[in-house]
Amino acid sequence: MAEFSLPKNSRVRQGRHFPALDAKKPRTFRVYRWNPDDAQSNPRIDSYEVDLTGCGPMVLDALLKIKNEIDPTLTLRRSCREGICGSCAMNIDGTNTLACICAIDKIATGDVKIYPLPHMPVVKDLVPDLTHFYAQFASIKPWLRTQSTAPDTERLQSPEDRKKLDGLYECILCACCSTSCPSYWWNGDRYLGPAILLQAYRWIVDSRDEDTGARLDDLEDPFKLYRCHTIMNCARTCPKGLNPARAIAEIKKLMMARRF
Amino acid sequence: MESYKIEQHKFDVIVVGAGGAGLRATFGLAEKGLKVACVTKVFPTRSHTVAAQGGIAAALGNMGEDDWRFHFYDTVKGGDWLGDQDAIEYMCREAIPSIYELDHYGVPFSRTGEGRIYQRPFGGMTTHYGKGTAQRTCAAADRTGHAMLHTLYQQALAHDASFFVEYFAIDLIFDDEGSCRGVLALDMSEGGLHLFRAQAVVLATGGYGRAYFSATSAHTCTGDGGGMVLRAGLALQDLEFVQFHPTGIYGAGCLITEGVRGEGGYLTNADGERFMERYAPSAKDLASRDVVSRAITIEIREGRGVGEHKDHAFLNLMHLGPEVIHERLPGIAESARIFAGVDVTREPIPILPTVHYNMGGIPTNYHGEVVQKKGNDVDAVVPGLFAIGEAACVSVHGGNRLGSNSLLDLVVFGRAVANRCAELIKPGMTQRDLPSHALDKALERFDGLRHADGELPTAKIRLDMQRIMQSDAAVFRTGGTLKEGCARIDAAHASFKDVHVSDRSLVWNSDLIETLELANLLDQAVGTMYSAEQRTESRGAHAREDFPERDDALWMQHTLVKVDEQGTPSFDYRPVHMFTLTDEVEVVPPKKRVY
Repeated sequence: MAEFSLPKNSRVRQGRHFPALDAKKPRTFRVYRWNPDDAQSNPRIDSYEVDLTGCGPMVLDALLKIKNEIDPTLTLRRSCREGICGSCAMNIDGTNTLACICAIDKIATGDVKIYPLPHMPVVKDLVPDLTHFYAQFASIKPWLRTQSTAPDTERLQSPEDRKKLDGLYECILCACCSTSCPSYWWNGDRYLGPAILLQAYRWIVDSRDEDTGARLDDLEDPFKLYRCHTIMNCARTCPKGLNPARAIAEIKKLMMARRF
Repeated sequence: MESYKIEQHKFDVIVVGAGGAGLRATFGLAEKGLKVACVTKVFPTRSHTVAAQGGIAAALGNMGEDDWRFHFYDTVKGGDWLGDQDAIEYMCREAIPSIYELDHYGVPFSRTGEGRIYQRPFGGMTTHYGKGTAQRTCAAADRTGHAMLHTLYQQALAHDASFFVEYFAIDLIFDDEGSCRGVLALDMSEGGLHLFRAQAVVLATGGYGRAYFSATSAHTCTGDGGGMVLRAGLALQDLEFVQFHPTGIYGAGCLITEGVRGEGGYLTNADGERFMERYAPSAKDLASRDVVSRAITIEIREGRGVGEHKDHAFLNLMHLGPEVIHERLPGIAESARIFAGVDVTREPIPILPTVHYNMGGIPTNYHGEVVQKKGNDVDAVVPGLFAIGEAACVSVHGGNRLGSNSLLDLVVFGRAVANRCAELIKPGMTQRDLPSHALDKALERFDGLRHADGELPTAKIRLDMQRIMQSDAAVFRTGGTLKEGCARIDAAHASFKDVHVSDRSLVWNSDLIETLELANLLDQAVGTMYSAEQRTESRGAHAREDFPERDDALWMQHTLVKVDEQGTPSFDYRPVHMFTLTDEVEVVPPKKRVY
């Protein structure tokens, strides 16, 4: 018989509440918390009232204000704070995005709900374990592969060929797309997911690369590539405005084309 | 003290940091057959190299006449004659093969009609020793750092290098003879301590921009390498030279590349005047960064700032047209929209000079070997210790770095370190045992901070420090405020004894990590403030209102500063290298610096 009840300790409980006294512009942030030190305890939602006067405009600003002024134990990754390093990817108000470029006032009224990226093992609070995601990235051998001898100067590439990389090379590996993909939730162990497939396509279309055949051979697999069911969550959620689903479709087209 | 279980690792070389320099060194070392591990506190592609925008300089001559000797001259002049000319020669000459190498690794550079790497003009980059404008800065749109960092990480994956990701380096480990023998690190996700033993340690830990309140630097730019070096009783060099980038977004502090001005953008004040014409009649908006930042500051100070409080300036690029913006500056268009609410095709971007880069750092020679002054030897090598990238002070940037020379510095010296280690180190050589007390100090300090139970949260002390640095070690400095700044930063440093760490867990304890980072920042903040106080001249980014002229007789020398456990600084000096490596280029003698 299939088990339909949640595993032990997986139910998310109501946590602590931190009120803001005399706040001029309060907003409540409801944040997922879990600490592996208390392995026997359930995850909880702590709610923090933050006075938005004197707080920067982005969700990351609010999280850091909480960490700096209310609760230093709140744990998250962050670095560049300008949407280029991809550290602070999390689920905010139901959508995967980067906290540093997610404006608080663009989130509909009510509490701001913040969870780690979905369907990844949680290390602590908002920090997911991305080991498998990174290993999948390495598995596609994402570097320029050539057989010809390199020239003494650059390998020439026409502006038109270079343009084919636009919309691909900008990926910051934040994992927002892959962790928003139901097919990746289900088959993430073997399906490469939108981020990694976008990266794979980036090398397939690079005119300087000379290993297209082997790259396509490597993806010819019922799981690695063909678990994309064009759900399109990836394109919808990408904080950099990229379209991984299109890249996947292009790979599938190339797979078809080489059969004839 | 708690007794800690320490896991030991043995490699030929350990690289600390996985930004551009660290990654280039890591796979370079692997290529040489050395067993190398890269220890990094963030996943490599999160490193701050990722945020570099405008490009990387090399005299390829793809878009007009160029020569690496012109680049050499520009770099010497840009650094206001504080740069070591042998190292500058090395960097500018090696720039050309280094860029071709990057292309062969797969960096998606923008292209010219002929399919060559696209190059744009940048501040201070000229031809014929100041006469013409050079197009020397190789670009991947305005995301060059991102394109490069990802490519370098990908190359590292192609090589046999071990990565220890989200491991925080706590302290360097030395033997009794003063050789660096390894590094003690904390595995952030598990909480265990790891001792990485090696024949050499390469510090590629970046700058300490976060000592200031408003910086283009990432939260993680906390100068951990510099902090470890100071704690080891070694000196840092030229800390007073802190670059303010002319165009940080007003308020948010995010970077807007100099490439905007390279592509034809210009600055205006409240009168709509292109004021740079007054300050730098020939280079105008493409004068070097220190010059432009001072000009903006004077405009604001004299009441010609824009906005409600007249406290910033405008960067205009509307006239470039949507096509150029979309093709060459898409990233900053996005940043300006998100952080300033500005559509750059219609409105100017509000900007303000913002802390951006540390010219100073760990003193090295052009091989990347850390050097100190020992008696009469002003270039005494510290055995087993290397430094590269922003963490280092080679010094190729002197008193002021030229835009697009930083990405260059990373790859050239990342490569240089790999070459040097291959000369000095035999793979798999037996490593002598460490003295039994080698770890004592590092462990005691770590244990103290892990249980720190004072009154002041880390964030409070950090904010104090940042405000002090922002107000008293700013674009313009004077003796009075610097003296005051020294007293105030002393107090902030002393307050660290009373720090409180709330998180007691060992798993991903970011409260503890931030506290370890703060210790690194504080020592360098003290070093910076005092170094600025004692240098009684104006040179490059160090502008003293009470000493407005450069004083070559007294001050054409590098400041060496040590900061002891109590936060007390002490000074010494090294001469500037006024010689070159070969006779292919002549030493540029100091002269007045006009743009």
